[in-house]
Amino acid sequence: MMQEKLAQAPASASGKGPMLLALRGVGKVFSNGVTALSDVDLTIREGDFLSLLGPSGCGKSTALRLIAGLATPTSGLLDWRGSSAADRSDIGFVFQEPTLLPWADVFDNVWLPLRLKGVSRAKAAPVVMEMLARVHLTGFEKAVPRELSGGMKMRVSIARAMVTKPRVLLMDEPFAALDEITRFKLNNDLLELWQDERFTVVFVTHSVFESVFLSNRVVVMAARPGRVFKELAIDASYPRNEAFRTSPDYAALCRQASDVLIGAINSTAGPHYDGH
Amino acid sequence: MTAIEEHALTLDPEEARRVRQERLERIGRWLLPLAIMVLAIWLWDRICIWNDIPKYILPRPAVVLQTLFDDAGLLFSSLLVTLRITFLSLLLAVIGGVGLAVLFAQSKWVEMSFFPFAIVLQVTPIVAIFPLINIYVDNQTTKLLLCAWIVAFFPILSNTTLGLNSVDRNLRDMFRLNGATRWQQLRYLRLPAAMPYFLGGLKIAGGLSLIGAVVAEFVAGAQGQSSGLASRIIEAGYRLNAPRLFAALILISFTGIVIFLVLSLISHLILRRWHESALKQER
Repeated sequence: MMQEKLAQAPASASGKGPMLLALRGVGKVFSNGVTALSDVDLTIREGDFLSLLGPSGCGKSTALRLIAGLATPTSGLLDWRGSSAADRSDIGFVFQEPTLLPWADVFDNVWLPLRLKGVSRAKAAPVVMEMLARVHLTGFEKAVPRELSGGMKMRVSIARAMVTKPRVLLMDEPFAALDEITRFKLNNDLLELWQDERFTVVFVTHSVFESVFLSNRVVVMAARPGRVFKELAIDASYPRNEAFRTSPDYAALCRQASDVLIGAINSTAGPHYDGH
Repeated sequence: MTAIEEHALTLDPEEARRVRQERLERIGRWLLPLAIMVLAIWLWDRICIWNDIPKYILPRPAVVLQTLFDDAGLLFSSLLVTLRITFLSLLLAVIGGVGLAVLFAQSKWVEMSFFPFAIVLQVTPIVAIFPLINIYVDNQTTKLLLCAWIVAFFPILSNTTLGLNSVDRNLRDMFRLNGATRWQQLRYLRLPAAMPYFLGGLKIAGGLSLIGAVVAEFVAGAQGQSSGLASRIIEAGYRLNAPRLFAALILISFTGIVIFLVLSLISHLILRRWHESALKQER
């Protein structure tokens, strides 16, 4: 089983896996008249690590909420090939803040999604403990969130999102509030987890460096109205590690993505930004 | 090991001053109120002596203490009556307050429709309502309970309602994503989130239920139907038995303080692991 998983060559670029979800002409207008998203076409394939990169107000978080089913599109449709959008057990969501139950310990927080599906503590225990081991939190089951550092809280949040073994993991700027050292570590661990389990990730970020390091596809978005500006394939092989982070390839890819992002920002009416 | 480290730690004047200040504050927190209390009692005693005040006007503290012992049987049996009403009404206030809050939390419409009634009940002075209750209710205990309950339930209702509605938006989304039922959301998210608010309301309601019980007894006792501490006070007032009046008063105050301390302790024990209010300040 494991052997098979590893034998699948990691998708190094876009367009390798079967289609999982397509956004077709998706738009979202809020009741206050703000157009958060306009005519977004986007195909997500199984096994993708896809980043939505853009300035604030470009609707990347809204796109994520639409995919999660937390909001409904004003126009267009979400095409879940094979799986139905109603089946939310297929989706894991990681918020910008850790969003943990402050009164519950780490074990109970990770158990929660299973508990809500009626899985008893005893039955859930092996799965929860395995998940905690995957995010390097073994031994912290009894700690409550306030006793943990920001990075550890985020690990709990990831473990909770992954405990139901979802096919899609949606992440909304999960590491934005962390310091750089912690963020790099979590980047590496997240990639490791992704390579082992081969789930699909949609990752919202406003960091060029983070999106290039993690993703095989970066979708750059522009604001007012929120829309897809350009898609970039990150043609670097996995596993990616600290060596990749300092390689000239990585620097060149970041440069490329950064140029596209500046283009996206300048495509919006307003004061121009030259990136310096 | 730590002792050595502490010894080796040389503090600059500013830090040393802070440490001294903290130590002083720790001691002062207990010593100061105690000293003022002793001083006040001494002054009370002196005023009685200096002005030659008769004991049926203002008894000396020692006489009050003596009365507390001499009339212990009478006073404590009355205290038990008052305590019974207090705790029963507090219990009913918790059940009623939380029950109504949960009901209100089910829908904004229910809350909007019924909350004004709760406010009307709260703002109308209980003394003014009592004659009505006296007409409609026969049973003495029920009368007193109803009065004390009306006074005590509102802070619990209002605080718990606020707490149930103060759940983090993302946590709510998280529950939705995991397909939580309404009941699961209440059980695992909203009720625990409301706990600090509820406990805050409970602390207020504890004092209010005692006040409610005593006030209700006063109104009922004026008609010679009660045997709680309030009727002891009325009785003593009629007979110009000031020492017993003071003794009963002290018992009531003391009871109120104990109720507050016990509820504070319960609150601390429940919240100490996670809620900001119960955490020691870390620097």
